[in-house]
Amino acid sequence: MDTELSLSRCSLEQRHQFRAASVNLAGGRKFSRFFSLVPKHHLSASERLETMLPTPSTSHVDYERIYEPAEDSFLLLDTISSESEKAFLQERFKLQVSGNVSSSPLVVEVGTGSGVVLSFVHAHAELIFGRSDILTAGVDVNRHACKATAVTVSIAEKEQQEQVKSHGFYIGNILGDLSTPIRPGSVDVLIFNPPYVPTPDLPALPGADDVEQTSYEVDSHLLALSYAGGADGMETTDRLLDELPNILSKDRGCAYILLCAQNKPEEVKDRVMSLDMNFSVETVGTSGKKAGWEKLQIIRIWR
Amino acid sequence: MKVLTLNFLTCAVKACKSSSDSFPLHPKDCELVSDELEVNSALLTNVLTRVDWKALTTTAAELGFPTLPATPPTPEELAGDEKMLKELHTLLMETQINEGKLVCGHCGHEYAVKEGIANFLLPNHLV
Repeated sequence: MDTELSLSRCSLEQRHQFRAASVNLAGGRKFSRFFSLVPKHHLSASERLETMLPTPSTSHVDYERIYEPAEDSFLLLDTISSESEKAFLQERFKLQVSGNVSSSPLVVEVGTGSGVVLSFVHAHAELIFGRSDILTAGVDVNRHACKATAVTVSIAEKEQQEQVKSHGFYIGNILGDLSTPIRPGSVDVLIFNPPYVPTPDLPALPGADDVEQTSYEVDSHLLALSYAGGADGMETTDRLLDELPNILSKDRGCAYILLCAQNKPEEVKDRVMSLDMNFSVETVGTSGKKAGWEKLQIIRIWR
Repeated sequence: MKVLTLNFLTCAVKACKSSSDSFPLHPKDCELVSDELEVNSALLTNVLTRVDWKALTTTAAELGFPTLPATPPTPEELAGDEKMLKELHTLLMETQINEGKLVCGHCGHEYAVKEGIANFLLPNHLV
């Protein structure tokens, strides 16, 4: 952060270049965000519109302070709406269980950013879960991201309503650190696109009052929090993983977490298995078979 | 944030997690707003089977809503009681906390709610 702070007098363009360079040096990430090098096998948002479930509009979001949807976000959308994951979720959350109606699932996204992922799940709840009585909520450490998510959800909702289609029930965004405000045992589906880029340092977590200020330094810090993951890019993800046994519901909790190759996914999966004797873990989505330093995958953790 | 959200939140301070006093958080000086929404009885029924009723009763009383019965209505009771359905719909689905504070009954920390967003980031001495 010190280097970023020292750039406070640079032009916007210089800042972008700096961020791109620093991220590149740090060993990877989210490069489509910085260089527009979207791999061929990956569709842009507008292309996705024609072939898949529509991507929620985030054109109102200020990307100077909120993480812009990128390849990782789209991989989450594609994975959660894939035939195999729909089948998993529909079986797990089916409405009728031995003659009784099962209660409404609670979906919580940690680190909502623009809100593109949560809004997608919210808008297409019925297609994904086979039921529309899905409660959705978000947590983000960035107040602007919390507000942006609420707007993205409401735009996606209106689009569904205009087409006389259903959507979930959004209960709000919370400003907070990962799952710390969530009551234990209450989350049925947790979604997390973490700050996964390996970096020499982890940006400090803002305190209760810091987030109320607005300045270029604060905005840069908030953006850094959205991608900088410290050692192996895993420092923040590890904190969330430690909490999973507590916050996931005992009978049907599951989680979708995005990892990049430098996070050492196989080691992460071994660690997940050691957290709770009832956990299972599987890779359920990848960014393609091309070898390379940017390869992404989604793991699903469930009991 | 919806009033319903309070049923899924607890104090963010680690030492409070094991105390039953940290749930539910207590609304203080809250400004409520209401969205007019169509009653969705299926949603309400399926949400009610997962809420902590005792906590909801406390929340409703603290926000000045009509006293809830001691036990939650069964789906059949709810279907046959339009007044109850409407009251619960108003409390859980329509009402939002826009401004105010949420107070932990264990450590006394107050979480500020601004523009409908509760701030659960902790001051340094509580992290």
